[in-house]
Amino acid sequence: MGGPAQAEPTDAGMVIVGAGQGGLQVAESLRAEGYDGPVTLIGEEASAPYHRPPLSKAILAGTMEEAQLAIRGAEVFERQRIALLTGTRVAAIDRSARHVRLEDGRRLDYRGLALATGARVRRLPITGDGLDGVLGLRSLDDARRIRAALDRAARVVVIGGGYIGLEVAAAARKRGLEVTILEAADRLLARSATPFLAGFYADLHRGQGVMVELGAKVIGLDGQGGRVTAVRTADGRSHPADLVVVGVGIVPDTALAEGCGLACDGGVLVDDCARTDDPSIVAVGDCTARRTGMGTLLRLESVQNAVEQGKSAAAALLGRERPFTAAPWFWSDQYDVKLQIVGLSADRDRMVLRGAPEDRRFSAFYFREGALVAIDSVNRPADHMVGRKLLDRKAALTPDQAADETFPLASLTR
Amino acid sequence: MAKVTFIEHDGLEQVVDIPTGWTLMQGAVQSGVAGIEGECGGSCACATCHCYVDEALVDSLPPPSETEEEMLGCTASERRSNSRLSCQIRVSDALDGIVVRLPETQS
Repeated sequence: MGGPAQAEPTDAGMVIVGAGQGGLQVAESLRAEGYDGPVTLIGEEASAPYHRPPLSKAILAGTMEEAQLAIRGAEVFERQRIALLTGTRVAAIDRSARHVRLEDGRRLDYRGLALATGARVRRLPITGDGLDGVLGLRSLDDARRIRAALDRAARVVVIGGGYIGLEVAAAARKRGLEVTILEAADRLLARSATPFLAGFYADLHRGQGVMVELGAKVIGLDGQGGRVTAVRTADGRSHPADLVVVGVGIVPDTALAEGCGLACDGGVLVDDCARTDDPSIVAVGDCTARRTGMGTLLRLESVQNAVEQGKSAAAALLGRERPFTAAPWFWSDQYDVKLQIVGLSADRDRMVLRGAPEDRRFSAFYFREGALVAIDSVNRPADHMVGRKLLDRKAALTPDQAADETFPLASLTR
Repeated sequence: MAKVTFIEHDGLEQVVDIPTGWTLMQGAVQSGVAGIEGECGGSCACATCHCYVDEALVDSLPPPSETEEEMLGCTASERRSNSRLSCQIRVSDALDGIVVRLPETQS
């Protein structure tokens, strides 16, 4: 790390496009790194940066006020001299002139540019996707619409058995509504979790009275008077609904990056330090795909990814290297079950259990060629926290030790 | 509403008005108190909002849940008898004037 990064005499400043968790982190980390020049944070949404994870949990459940979502109060932006432009869309980036053009025609010069444009909900390529009562969940506005619809709904169909779908299903079920999950794959969480964990969550939701339909391919939505009434599946069935929540994934928002010729491949391509192919431009969070040391691409959708890439990006804009290589971690809250995941289990060749799934308190440890690669912890937060250290330090935990509840995992982290 | 005094590890004090029903973490993070990260947004999933609560008041708080208890075993700074996760402490009038000290590091 160098010394304080003073603004150059003609410093055009740092511009950050996207005012979510990642964008805010870039802005604050620039200040934390000692950068003294202008910092402008531009967001499309009307709200100042807010915590997104509670949207599918406490906000739908009605146990959290919207005011509690804001990450920082207005005075914190002032104190840090971060100019926050909300409700503002960027139309284009001109890399040779080093400016961004706003939709209202204004131009903002930049010395360094950070893209934190996030992602958009994936739409269903079927008829009826535009009916009233068919909603996706990504933004605070989306959550408001779903919460209002839950207040009136009796029957909810969730299309997609990923984390968002499962969390919405849990919130709707807690409100006593009739809930059906339609998942096209033969198991839940098909893109992100192991069959074992997916089975646990199918049982959990069924035990709570949710109808979980696997292999249920949605072919159309029926409506009356412009409002959705039912979801049709390929097996010929019709599932009545007055609210349909579509949770079939997100699409990284790469339009601005592609528009200015930055390399994208299912996300803006970045290295471990959040650098794009343009030395003046970094990218962070859900909009990115990271080139790993192994020549593969890694796309993560998580708070940790936004925060860590945000820190790396701020450093990179100041010519410093701060790689983000820590094991990825995630969490999901459904009913009284807290899931915490660390690592990536896709390449596993072995699983061992610590604790008992029937007690709803266990961790599944995943290994590849004898080395720990990931841990799913259900209501066992200590396993998760120790697991992060084990993975980051590449500690030599054996499957037998993982399965032995008397073996102190923490002994390998000292 | 409660007036809460956060004291950073380096001694810097910040007094924050926190509405009833909010958590200490939410009040601190929205006010930019540097010693609390609260990365998971208050889900008791990250242990980066560790704090040391006023000894005089710690016993009057609802005790930690099992999850908080386990997470407190995994904080980056030393756990003490008055250690809590600030995302799990809801503000009430009874906490008016409480002093909360912050650890050296959260992660």
